[in-house]
Amino acid sequence: MIVARDYVFMCSEPGQEIIGKDIRDLGLNRVVVAACSPIMHESTFRSTCQKAGLNPYLIEIANIREQCSWVTENKQMATEKAKALLNAAVKRVYYHQPLETRKIPFNPNTLIVGGGIAGIRAALEIADSGHKVYLVERSPSIGGHMMQLDKTFPTLDCSACILTPRMTEAGSHPHIELMSYSEVEEVSGYIGNFKIRIRKKARYVNGDRCNGCGLCQEKCPSKVDSDFEAGMGKRKAIYTPFPQAVPNIPVIDADHCTYFLKGSCRLCEEVCEANAIDFGQEDEIIEVEAGSIILATGYGVFDPAPIRQYGYKRLDNVITSLEFERLVNSAGPTGGNIVLKDGSAPRSVAVIHCVGSRDRNYHDYCSRVCCMYALKYAHLIKEKTGAEVYQYYIDMRCFGKGCEEFYERIAGEGVSFIRGKVSEVTDRSLNDEEKGRLVVVAEDTLLGSVIRVPVDMVILCVAMEPQQDAEAVARLFKISRSADGFFLERHPKLDPVATNSEGIFIAGCCQSPKDIPDTVAQSSAAAARILSLISKGAVEIEADIASIDDKLCSGCGVCGSLCPYSATSLDEEKKVYKVNEALCKGCGTCVAACPVSAITGRHFTTEQIMAEIEGLLI
Amino acid sequence: MSFEPVIAVFMCNWCSYRGADLAGTSRMKYAPNVRPIRVKCSGRVEPTFIVQALQAGADGVLVLGCHPGDCHYTDGNYKAMRRMALLTRMLEQLGIEKERVSLDWVSASEGSRFVSIVNDMTARIRKLGPLAKES
Repeated sequence: MIVARDYVFMCSEPGQEIIGKDIRDLGLNRVVVAACSPIMHESTFRSTCQKAGLNPYLIEIANIREQCSWVTENKQMATEKAKALLNAAVKRVYYHQPLETRKIPFNPNTLIVGGGIAGIRAALEIADSGHKVYLVERSPSIGGHMMQLDKTFPTLDCSACILTPRMTEAGSHPHIELMSYSEVEEVSGYIGNFKIRIRKKARYVNGDRCNGCGLCQEKCPSKVDSDFEAGMGKRKAIYTPFPQAVPNIPVIDADHCTYFLKGSCRLCEEVCEANAIDFGQEDEIIEVEAGSIILATGYGVFDPAPIRQYGYKRLDNVITSLEFERLVNSAGPTGGNIVLKDGSAPRSVAVIHCVGSRDRNYHDYCSRVCCMYALKYAHLIKEKTGAEVYQYYIDMRCFGKGCEEFYERIAGEGVSFIRGKVSEVTDRSLNDEEKGRLVVVAEDTLLGSVIRVPVDMVILCVAMEPQQDAEAVARLFKISRSADGFFLERHPKLDPVATNSEGIFIAGCCQSPKDIPDTVAQSSAAAARILSLISKGAVEIEADIASIDDKLCSGCGVCGSLCPYSATSLDEEKKVYKVNEALCKGCGTCVAACPVSAITGRHFTTEQIMAEIEGLLI
Repeated sequence: MSFEPVIAVFMCNWCSYRGADLAGTSRMKYAPNVRPIRVKCSGRVEPTFIVQALQAGADGVLVLGCHPGDCHYTDGNYKAMRRMALLTRMLEQLGIEKERVSLDWVSASEGSRFVSIVNDMTARIRKLGPLAKES
């Protein structure tokens, strides 16, 4: 040990300069920094060394903050632990070897999964710069949830009106290859060089021939509940989810098509002048290559049926927020008339906030957008029907730009706000006024008493939740999820768009509930990150991968059978195994398994780890 | 003075180490008895590392990986699990209580899970007493 220094912010410019100066002046050949987690600043100090002429792998970080001082109450024991950590780092760094990072070419194509507003925005951003984007959407059209929404808060502009121009743009962009009705099945490779297998589901309609006239949908005899209309309306077995669909090519839902079920009908085929119907079409597997990936897979909607006391699916005229969006939409099943099941207009409506969110039984988190859309509902109901509106809230959270002002405006329109969680929605009446209506029972916590309000319609503001297959998608792309089930960002503050897997980014509600402006901002951020990778043209790959010693290897092949990337292969001539450096990711499982210790896991060598163990346990 | 065990904790770079970091950034407090060692994957942990740790003075060893199915390297944690099963049998033959060595899963978002695993392990080893070593 030549020199030890103490400085308050080692990661700052002057702090780094201290290290650089010592490397140059004292000819240091190893450096240990005892500070915060290597996850935070290992790369900072590596470049400090590099600038001063020392190989960046000759440094070691002792994590005495996140895993010592911040987590230990007893000061003396914290100091003991810090000393052990530092000692381990010093012992380990002795065995460090200079290593060279490798540069590999970066494929400028991008894969974007999910064609909601998040995916569309990111796709346009990247494609506008002249780079190729594969936009994969599993439903027949892009548009996502935003397409289902009526107006958007706090400006009350029409959701479809602002979205459809972007959808058309994405659908016809020369640099966007849109794959609708398609799903990613397999992902392999790594940053700069992903290989993706996509299943393009059979539409039974030839997209090259179809001119989108819509006659097939008109004539199709089979009616099915429409997912797009949130079950409030019907669609045909051959359908586009909505008239502005992009691409405007229908699909045949084989589960409900009369021909597929009974073997006869083919009415759509008969009326199609373009001869586009193709009952023999099969799923197609497409393989694409991309340098980076954005997951914009959106959210699922909480099903309130398990909350029995709210009566969803049990009592008429108890509907979810998404159902209300379709009910109030002029292109929706009622032409935008807010009506009860019997066709009459409601005289009063209750809007229940936080259904499935801020609730220990379901989701702890705040769903973020419900307060605001609930205010929007109040405005629309008053405007269209003049009905009384009762808002049952826990706290009004109106934090976005223009949102507090919107709250003030709606409060001024004569909406009743009741602070309290609803305990029950019931059809058991206690008096004539309640008879034949829904009664909302809640404790008004400002009044300090339980009140009963008879209404005609109840809207449940249901939580946004992770997509049902979020777990499978996370596994497919090898990213993590946070405790709430949403995809986990690399850093909650400073890196909310990257993931722990290099080259894979997240945008929109797959990361957490958020409104449209936040989603769009995150999409543009993810696009910017990818454009910076593309403009670099190459990606640096860590040097800490495996290498096999020819002289020791017996060619047994244990490493080959364990490697998840098939990165080791037999050299037929020499009868020994060798590592393909482009494929090896340095996990070290072969190193641990090699029976003759012929494999070195660079930067995590057995020598280094053994020295660390010894140093740690002084 | 009561016995304070020393526990070596091997953590993978992607899930458990980040979970432990999260416990730190969230200012959770846990037993100071643990000594962290970062590896790239729990599949890198050779049984000899664990034996070495016990020999060098640890009273217990924890190996923490990503949850099954979530491994950054596909299935390194499964390999850790298989090696651990073999090692535990060997340790028993050597007369070392199998409770001294434990494998568990912590994701990058499970700071509190890390804390409870560490605290439980510390309490367990404290109860077992020091690992008898030949002089």
